[in-house]
Amino acid sequence: MSDFIGDWNALLVLLLAGFLPNEVWRMLGLWFGGGIDEGSELLVWVRAVATAILAGVIAQILVSPPGALASVPGWLRYAAVAAGFAVFIVTRRSIFAGVVCGELVMLAGKWWLG
Amino acid sequence: MWSITSTVLALVLFATYLGIGALAHSTHFSLGWALASTLLIWAGPAQIILISTLGSGATVAQAAIAVTVSAIRLFPMVVSVLPMLRTPTTKRRHLVLATHFIAVTLWVECFRLLPQVPRERRIVFTHGLGSGLVSLCLVATTVGYGLAANLPELFAAAILLLTPLAFLLSTARNCRQLADVLALVLGLALFPLTAMLHTGVDILISGVSAGTIAYGVHRWRRRK
Repeated sequence: MSDFIGDWNALLVLLLAGFLPNEVWRMLGLWFGGGIDEGSELLVWVRAVATAILAGVIAQILVSPPGALASVPGWLRYAAVAAGFAVFIVTRRSIFAGVVCGELVMLAGKWWLG
Repeated sequence: MWSITSTVLALVLFATYLGIGALAHSTHFSLGWALASTLLIWAGPAQIILISTLGSGATVAQAAIAVTVSAIRLFPMVVSVLPMLRTPTTKRRHLVLATHFIAVTLWVECFRLLPQVPRERRIVFTHGLGSGLVSLCLVATTVGYGLAANLPELFAAAILLLTPLAFLLSTARNCRQLADVLALVLGLALFPLTAMLHTGVDILISGVSAGTIAYGVHRWRRRK
């Protein structure tokens, strides 16, 4: 059981750095959401920043990858994601086709490198 | 369950949470911790940010700031979904659980499915849909965690690659305006530059600057 939970401090960190800072925006929406126009300029900016942060996270995983992904050379990681994106565009925005293609390119590349 | 399993969104969500489980394992968090993060945070990007910032040695405060900025986007989602759930007799506390379930997948599904549900049953419907999706993702987190622990390196790498792929493509799909597209492209391009600064909040700096530039271009084009 102690393996399952691990470090109790880590759970406290989860609450303080994960749950609370995330949940606060949902609850603010519940309390104060009545008077805000969905198309307002503030929300356009908020969406743009949120999108760019997410893009930064994607870039971070690709540039300095965690765990086993680090065993894949950098050029192959970028090529796999680029191929997935190209297929996504060609198939008129099919996420499924793009993800499958990106994965296949990476597996094929790794297999070819041996 | 038909409405959940029949959508590609659920598959993408499953793939995302496989990746989150695998990422949690690779950065040495426990399975219980990973499951608690899925249950309590219930927002893929925030979970990835939390795991990767803490995993790369950021402090609790730095991780909390990055998470909260990424979570701002939940605010407009909640604001736009709740009017669909309310009836004249609905109290605020009846909406707390439904509000917790709101994240991008549920937000999209609410717009698609709620109009076919009688208004007085919509909160219950959302609770059902939300707990179904959360359960699915708890299973995916566990499977991803187990796979990363036991699979050969090649397949473990493939599961970790699911996260950037699924996030990039689902974000690209959600881009509605020029500002969103620019934010995505600039955000990808600026991060490697800010990462050289080694501030601990690199993602925050690149995100706020890329997002603000994208918004500026959007304003400037509108004025012309």
